[in-house]
Amino acid sequence: MTHHVGERVRVATRDHEGHHRTPGYLKGRIGTVELVHGSFANPESRAYGADGLPEQPLYLICFDRYDIRPDERAHARDRIYADVYEHWLEKVNEQPRP
Amino acid sequence: MSSHDRDHEHAHAPVTNGGEPVAAARARALEELLVEKGVLRRRDVRQMVDWLVSRTPADGARLVARAWVDPHFKQRLLADASAAALELGLDTGQARNVVVVENTQDVHHVVVCTLCSCYPRSLLGPPPDWYKSLPYRSRAVSDPRGVLREFGVELDDGTELRVLDSTADIRYLVIPRRPSGSERASEEELAGLVTRDSMIGVAQPANPSQADSG
Repeated sequence: MTHHVGERVRVATRDHEGHHRTPGYLKGRIGTVELVHGSFANPESRAYGADGLPEQPLYLICFDRYDIRPDERAHARDRIYADVYEHWLEKVNEQPRP
Repeated sequence: MSSHDRDHEHAHAPVTNGGEPVAAARARALEELLVEKGVLRRRDVRQMVDWLVSRTPADGARLVARAWVDPHFKQRLLADASAAALELGLDTGQARNVVVVENTQDVHHVVVCTLCSCYPRSLLGPPPDWYKSLPYRSRAVSDPRGVLREFGVELDDGTELRVLDSTADIRYLVIPRRPSGSERASEEELAGLVTRDSMIGVAQPANPSQADSG
């Protein structure tokens, strides 16, 4: 596992043709690793008949709803949790939040 | 009885309604092709479909009711849902990919799959149509409190709302808050209060007086 619980991570912004399980609204957003689910066959290659190996670690990432889109419907206590595979996550260089 | 009934592996004109949706026709064509190429057998498809539709929200409700009456079971359910489900004879399948979360006074969970319609089918059966609809899938993340309000759930400003977007291999099931007034209810009666929607997080369980009045 490259990332650990509590770590801040960014979802890669890259485009991706074809099947992938990272929703567009999270690309480029920063969140916190909440849970490491374990490793799973990569659905992006499995969708096209490959075996999906090597398996990819899968993380539950917590995002502030407000960080995703700061509009009037964003409540301060709303969180979005989403599962993101490791190859979609980047390390973030920032000061820890107070 | 002819051998036709016993080994139904050949192509024939399907029995369908006149207005068959395109998606159904496509699924049927795919099945024909996969059977023809020997990738799978027709009886495997039938068994899988039978298993999927045999699962119902009553399965998930049994888990929730047990969690309400047995705190140790609840801990096991939150830690490893597939193993805990097996204790009640419920099999979440080979993937063992179910994660259970708990609603409390301070935290409310609601589940969506913004990408398609991922759902804990092994414990709840097939998802409701609205769960698969584009409005629910988009608004559950853009305006979750508004969506909950439309389902009749009004959250306090102080409640933390957690929208779980099941974007990958994990399926989520919510333990709703045990209704007040249910202290004397048996485990079986409690299971009767647990609705499908409350395990998705868009509703509270029925309260005991509602259940009494049928």
